Amino acid sequence: MNRPELQAMAEEELERQQKFHLRFLCCASTPCLSSGATEVLEALKGAIEARSLQAEVEAVSTGCMGPCSRGPLVTVRVRERGDVIYERVTPEMVPEVVEAFASTNSTPVFAEKILAPDWPFFAKQKKIVLANSGYMNPERLEDYVALGGYSGLGHAIREMSPEQVCEEISRSGLRGRGGAGYPTGLKWHLVRKAPGERKFVVANGDEGDPGAYMDRTLMESDPHRILEGMAIAGYAVGAEQGYIYVRGEYPVAARRLQQAIRVAERHGLLGSRVMVSNFNFRIDLRIGAGAFVCGEETALMASIMGRRGQPVPRPPYPAQHGLWGYPTLINNVETFGNITPIINQGAEWYSQIGTEKSKGTKIFALAGKIQNTGLIEVPMGITLREIVFDIGGGVPEGRAFKAAQTGGPSGGCIPVVHLDTPVDYDSLQVLGSIMGSGGLVIMDDHSCMVDVAKFFMQFCMDESCGKCVPCRVGTAQLHHLLEHITNGSATTTDLQMMEHLCLMVKETSLCGLGQSAPNPVLSTLRYFQEEYQAHIRDRSCPASVCQLTERPIQILSDPPG
Amino acid sequence: MLAAGLKTPKAQADHPSGDPRFDLIDRVMKRNHYQQHALIEVLHTAQEVFGFLDEDLLIYVANQLKLPPSWVYGVATFYHFFSLEPQGEHTCIVCMGTACYVKRSAAIVAALQKEFRVESGKATADGKLSLAVARCLGSCGLAPAVVLDGKVLGLETPETTLARVRQAVEGARSS
Repeated sequence: MNRPELQAMAEEELERQQKFHLRFLCCASTPCLSSGATEVLEALKGAIEARSLQAEVEAVSTGCMGPCSRGPLVTVRVRERGDVIYERVTPEMVPEVVEAFASTNSTPVFAEKILAPDWPFFAKQKKIVLANSGYMNPERLEDYVALGGYSGLGHAIREMSPEQVCEEISRSGLRGRGGAGYPTGLKWHLVRKAPGERKFVVANGDEGDPGAYMDRTLMESDPHRILEGMAIAGYAVGAEQGYIYVRGEYPVAARRLQQAIRVAERHGLLGSRVMVSNFNFRIDLRIGAGAFVCGEETALMASIMGRRGQPVPRPPYPAQHGLWGYPTLINNVETFGNITPIINQGAEWYSQIGTEKSKGTKIFALAGKIQNTGLIEVPMGITLREIVFDIGGGVPEGRAFKAAQTGGPSGGCIPVVHLDTPVDYDSLQVLGSIMGSGGLVIMDDHSCMVDVAKFFMQFCMDESCGKCVPCRVGTAQLHHLLEHITNGSATTTDLQMMEHLCLMVKETSLCGLGQSAPNPVLSTLRYFQEEYQAHIRDRSCPASVCQLTERPIQILSDPPG
Repeated sequence: MLAAGLKTPKAQADHPSGDPRFDLIDRVMKRNHYQQHALIEVLHTAQEVFGFLDEDLLIYVANQLKLPPSWVYGVATFYHFFSLEPQGEHTCIVCMGTACYVKRSAAIVAALQKEFRVESGKATADGKLSLAVARCLGSCGLAPAVVLDGKVLGLETPETTLARVRQAVEGARSS
């Protein structure tokens, strides 16, 4: 398929969609599916058929719309009148809704279930990566092409040299969305310049942080966007083979990606001679098998090569010595999701969004004790307060906000005094947390911060691959100490020992898992010291989560009294 | 694809048991041209077909891919997804990700363990139910989430989960 053919496909699809006076877009992402979206879609189709409206009304399944806790969500698209979004749709209410809209009746039914368009949850977001999500059927190539899909790839191959593509990405200021925030353009330049007869592009979709599901949603809702981003990267760095590594826990994402790859290959948008050029690019899917450490790039490569997912020391970095020893570009799937908009709309446009050092937008998964859980995309530099209270709607049941946890087990807890901090890579680092992949878990005064620290330490202990001693033994010892604090058998010496051990694990571990494992402990020690003290000195848990039943063991050398 | 398949000499011979399920595994290995780096894909299929990976199966895969059995065993035991023990008839996976944890999913696990006398990661003595704990199912909007026989259930409490699991297990018993 060449560019005119692509254009023709887009026009044909737009024309087809224009024919429908009404379009019902029903979210078919995992959260909505488990709250009954399949039945709702069936009911919609049934109601349309029963009224013989197939010629002017259509019901389709789409990707995620955002407010996941309010699912199943249905957007009603009325030609020339805009959209109406319904929350918590049940199959029973479907016939009435279809009837009301089809009869051009202007009084809306079930008004209490309509989400207002100026609801801050929508109004405060800026959608770039998720722009198509919720508006197209992820299983149809035509839908993606109609929204401008694959035009960026065509533009890059035809009108830009690989150097220019790398340069464009550099100028946009895009930084890696996996958490560390390494400049993407710089990485592309490194791989492009690295000598090697073969090169590889890898998309990291091994989203292991508990509480994060941005990558899953992106892969489920807009799979072609990731393929297009990877193909542009392949062209820029000179690779002919790409791999997408998807977590084993995400079967829907894997199925949709696999199907998208097949369709794109059939239309000549991937495979050999991409869009009738001399550029070849194949993409294969690799399914993970449940190991958190595989999110680390060297471990991920080991897993792609069919080995135990254990990291190796860097340098050499994957850009020099990656898969099977060849230069390899590894980016997070969300990073690849940013590529097409940058190529289409230019680096200048992109670099105007966000803060000075963190450009663009970031997707966050809001979860925990918050009114509106779901997926949001916000410009960098927005304050945490805006995210939690305006978009998220605050903490439910009138309870008090206590902390926001970012970055999963590698991140930290941000207390209420820092709510006005802008969210970008550098500000969060100053607070002792990290941007991470984008999980944002809100905690209220029912959560004990020591218990939370223990939870993350247990996670790191279980997920440590066991290769290096500081991580394997250190996390187990830290967990042991936290266990002592939460069961009442700790002394103040334990607290000092724990702090000391944290720094040791942080500085001597082999890979990111161990190096960042102490972060949740260090950040809670920094902001919630009094809670640790309450457990040890007063033998009480302020949030009444921990059962302090044990007693400290008296050491003989302790001075009496 | 077919041509490539024909060129590859038929590997050593099929499994001596003649179990047709081994054909499915052979097909995946053939599709990957018996390349050793396809080991994880092969194990995924093996687990899907047999439900778990026993020693005989691992040795078979090792022979076919010409890998040392220790290598295959090492990979199979590294990843949480692969199970070397038979699973129960019904599986209940409780999410223990951060969002579910702050919404007290630990209480659901404790309730299931007490009621069915099963450890997490193991099956009950009668092989009816296996209980597992997941790291994060990515359904945080529905926290706490539970997956019962492949179906995601959201906003669970210990009582609702117990009722559903009881129903699933006893439904199987009576039928």
